[in-house]
Amino acid sequence: MENSTNKSGLMGWLDSRMPITKVWKEHMAEYYAPSNFNFWYFFGSLAILVLVNQIITGVWLTMHYKADAAQAFGVIEYIMRDVPWGWLIRYLHTTGASAFFIVIYLHMFRGLMYGSYKNPREIVWVLGMVLYLALMAEAFMGYVLPWGNMSYWGAKVITQLFGVIPFVGDTLLEWIRGDYLISDATLNRFFALHVVLIPIILLVLVFLHIVALHAVGSNNPDGIDIKKNKDENGVPKDGIAFHPYYTVKDLFGVGMFLLIFLFIVFVKPDLGGLFLEHDNFVPANPMVTPEHIKPVWYFTPFYAMLKAVPDPLGGMIIMFAAIIMLFFLPWLDRSEVKSIRYRLLPFKLALSAFVLSFVTLGWLGMQSGSTIQGYMSVICTVVYFLYFVFLFFYTKNEKHKPIPERLTH
Amino acid sequence: MNKLILILIFLLMPSINALASSGGNLKPAHTNIRSLESLRNGAKYYMNYCSACHSLKYQRYSRMAKDLELSEEEVMENLVFTGAKFTDHMTMTMDMEDSNKWFGKTPPDLTVIAKARGNDWLYAYLKGFYKDPTRPSGWNNTVFEGASMPNVMWQLQGIQEAHFEEHTDDNGIVSHSFNEFTLLKEGSMSEEEFDATVLDIVNFLDYTAEPAKLIRLAYAPWVMLFLVIFTFLAYLLKKNYFKDIH
Repeated sequence: MENSTNKSGLMGWLDSRMPITKVWKEHMAEYYAPSNFNFWYFFGSLAILVLVNQIITGVWLTMHYKADAAQAFGVIEYIMRDVPWGWLIRYLHTTGASAFFIVIYLHMFRGLMYGSYKNPREIVWVLGMVLYLALMAEAFMGYVLPWGNMSYWGAKVITQLFGVIPFVGDTLLEWIRGDYLISDATLNRFFALHVVLIPIILLVLVFLHIVALHAVGSNNPDGIDIKKNKDENGVPKDGIAFHPYYTVKDLFGVGMFLLIFLFIVFVKPDLGGLFLEHDNFVPANPMVTPEHIKPVWYFTPFYAMLKAVPDPLGGMIIMFAAIIMLFFLPWLDRSEVKSIRYRLLPFKLALSAFVLSFVTLGWLGMQSGSTIQGYMSVICTVVYFLYFVFLFFYTKNEKHKPIPERLTH
Repeated sequence: MNKLILILIFLLMPSINALASSGGNLKPAHTNIRSLESLRNGAKYYMNYCSACHSLKYQRYSRMAKDLELSEEEVMENLVFTGAKFTDHMTMTMDMEDSNKWFGKTPPDLTVIAKARGNDWLYAYLKGFYKDPTRPSGWNNTVFEGASMPNVMWQLQGIQEAHFEEHTDDNGIVSHSFNEFTLLKEGSMSEEEFDATVLDIVNFLDYTAEPAKLIRLAYAPWVMLFLVIFTFLAYLLKKNYFKDIH
């Protein structure tokens, strides 16, 4: 049989019934990754770490949480006080939510820099983008569960976005909320989606993301194909086995990550209102609007775009377009070169402007919105979209530095 | 390159903080949650001056006793003014319906108020009451204009009068900014004594907002120490594996 590995004993018995050794070899011990992974290549494995953290702490939170509008706020305080180690479980989960987005944003930026979305990794990229969308839905619904005042008003504002869709808006809004307003019914369905449906979708997508990646192999900071140069055994000359090399290297990455992550968990879990917002320590109150409604930091770039357009429907279209555009990157970038290392100044400037506009929008989305900030939001939104236009035309006949045959490290 | 990025992240951390907590120009309240003396004094003043109207409904007397290292007798004799049991939550004495009638709304629960408002705000608020005959209670507040709450600690602080500066901007819109307080009537405490007392109350509320803060801050150095050792060993392991690669 194909799966058998001439082993006797337990592994032989198992291998003849299930491809354990085969899968281990294909995806770990004999998965050859480029030998020049740098700092930016930690974030894939860190995203898995954070996902596992969210699932484990999430399960334990579910053991104590009550999805009930009358009890939810109080039950969080019960977890923080009366549940043994409840505070740690909750802080790991809340800090984990923000950490997830930090890791994912850096992971995506790596893709932009080294052209990891390009042929043949289009499906890897598109699956990643669907993952990002699912993650946003997951985070939004999770944020509603503590039933603080920002949970309530945030949920109201975000669900209202669907209400501006012509013709079906009102019906859709009622269908999403399960009521005419944000209520116990909304809390219950968001809980169900947050702990059951979306986590399943996330896990399936992560699996597919890795399957697609391993089918074509990992990109690298040089953006060249290591499979072109193989030795007599068919092993890429510039490849090293994922295990043990990158499992060991990622262990170091995990240590570095945990140093920052657990510092926040133990010393400053609300990060001055950035990870846990002040207004969410006030129970949900439909009669009292928070002074300044804003989403958590990871949504603020899109929130700033929404506010930059005076018309609600227009704002919503721009906001969703900002995400949809990213899906098309593999086809907008028509260059024959992948990595920023071999691209010229115009690309570097454009990517910098793109990142800068996104980060600035993130800051603008947290502000109360002066006139100048309004203008800045418009400018940054335009710059954000211009990147895609630029990329499409610029990459048609892009000049670039000579691309090496082998990795340069 | 990698080191540079890490250094940048660490340098950015304080500015992220400043960005997130910029809440006007309040003076920082230097509370110290590790000072048992301050927490106990804060608890004493809270129970005597605040607890009649404001509940701490997520905080248990027994937990407070444990964390503030007080005995059950000390708490039950000195700090419990209701018929509460030792393990009960710290609810208020006042009836909800009465309070609604008297103040227009039930005074809010204060268990997590320090998280919602921040220590600096609470410190400025409790010190910011001044005499204002135009208000129903006869009091107003420089930090929270039109607050329904009267100055419950006036016997300690004395009675203040607030002076405002008038500004007219380019559009002719007049605004007032707080300038200074003058004391109309002396209280039983000096200004320094009163400030210290308010700081203790704020410190106590910072504690009730998150009793776990005491535990997590105590664990923090050990967790960090473990991680430094772990990461260093992981680095050595990685270096050893990669010595033939580059």
